[in-house]
Amino acid sequence: MSVVWIPQVLRAQAGGNKQVELTGGTVAEVVDALSERYPSLRGQLLTDGGELNRFVNVYVNGQDVRYLAGLATQVADRDEVRILPAMAGG
Amino acid sequence: MPRTYADLLREARSQIREVTPQDVDALTDGATVVDVREDSEWDQGHLPNALHISKSYVEQQIENAVPDRAAPVVLYCAGGVRSLFAAQTLEQLGYTNVASMSGGFQAWKSSGLPWEKPVALSQEQKQRYSRHLLIPEVGAEGQARLLQSKALFIGAGGLGSPAALYLAAAGVGTIGIVDFDVVDLSNLQRQILHTNERVGERKTESARKTITALNPDVNVVTFEEMLVPDNVDRIIHGYDVIIDGTDTFETRYLLNDAAVAKGIPVIHASVFRFEGQLTTFIPYEGPCYRCLYPTPPPPELAPGCSVAGVLGVVPGIMGMLQANEALKVLLGIGETLAGRLLLFDALDSSFTELKLRRDPTCPVCSTEAVAARAEGRPLAVPTFGFAGFAADARDAGTDAADETFVLGGGA
Repeated sequence: MSVVWIPQVLRAQAGGNKQVELTGGTVAEVVDALSERYPSLRGQLLTDGGELNRFVNVYVNGQDVRYLAGLATQVADRDEVRILPAMAGG
Repeated sequence: MPRTYADLLREARSQIREVTPQDVDALTDGATVVDVREDSEWDQGHLPNALHISKSYVEQQIENAVPDRAAPVVLYCAGGVRSLFAAQTLEQLGYTNVASMSGGFQAWKSSGLPWEKPVALSQEQKQRYSRHLLIPEVGAEGQARLLQSKALFIGAGGLGSPAALYLAAAGVGTIGIVDFDVVDLSNLQRQILHTNERVGERKTESARKTITALNPDVNVVTFEEMLVPDNVDRIIHGYDVIIDGTDTFETRYLLNDAAVAKGIPVIHASVFRFEGQLTTFIPYEGPCYRCLYPTPPPPELAPGCSVAGVLGVVPGIMGMLQANEALKVLLGIGETLAGRLLLFDALDSSFTELKLRRDPTCPVCSTEAVAARAEGRPLAVPTFGFAGFAADARDAGTDAADETFVLGGGA
């Protein structure tokens, strides 16, 4: 199981959870597992074509998956996955 | 039998090696040059790269300044006498490679050799900044640097308030403030530059009053305008560092693009309810805002503080971290957050650090983008619909009770 951190802006769509424990060997599988549990999140994270939305960053153990293997980035047991959208507030 | 001053001087001359100003100018052995005159003389001018330790403090301070007793040290004073006696003291302390510059600073100057005049701190400034002056990493030189520095604040709001207060207190000499808004009662829960009596007043003027009341050394420059493509280059020109405290995406992208082109560091922070993000964008050394977020969330779906709310201390904490970053950039000390994104969660009191990278295909800071700008045909960048975007994000209605925010892309 890896731990997925849900940003505050998406928490209402994830049952109010800050962390969700999910199984998946890649980022794609983790996102799938997350969307299965909370269907409205799929459209937030992925484009219609199934790519990661460019305004949402995903980090595995603190590293941006855009500079790893994107959705194919490996996720190991106990890895920390963070979903991070840009925020504007100042 | 009592000895006279002439006896002591003759003895010092016979013990201490003397070098000419030309010898000192030609030194290549990395010798430490120490000015042993009084503060008031130092303030009138000194050798470039010299250290200043008044003769009366030589015994107490030389070991910290020159820990290696075999290292070459050259002392000078105004005319070459006090430095002889100070050199004797160093020899008594076990320094083995000490020389005194004959003729002192007067001979140096009359030989036409280069010298510099330090920014002299007034007595009041020495007292005001005494806690800075005590820190070796800041000291008089660093304080003088801060007094000559210029920091620009985009927004005098939740982030800009604490950051501007602390930079003003620290003696950053010029503080520019860009804000076209007026003080609203709902701002006062976190925007501590402003006060109850100033509701309805321009934020720039309110900020000027608060900053000047705190530290009259600071020159406050106000820009009562919204940052737009037509004015961004003019406004940011000449600033050493920019503190981004805006609350819209398009201003953040606009600022990023202009600051990267001019090579000005931007200290970035943003907040949402209990959470904050912070990083320092140093052009070409680390990533820029477009490397971090190539695209903003769709405008109508990115709630700002006026819609989503924010715990007042969150921008307070993030703004003070911005001030810390700005001071490091201005002083050239420590490690900035360039290449690192710091997340703060107020509910957990936790900080998390994420690694950021430069995007090799970035339309603003990549090698290709720099070359294209140099040739006068910058790469096209998405502007995310500047017109109307600001209004949407700033005043996105009053439906703050709606808990569900949509990042976009969905049906």
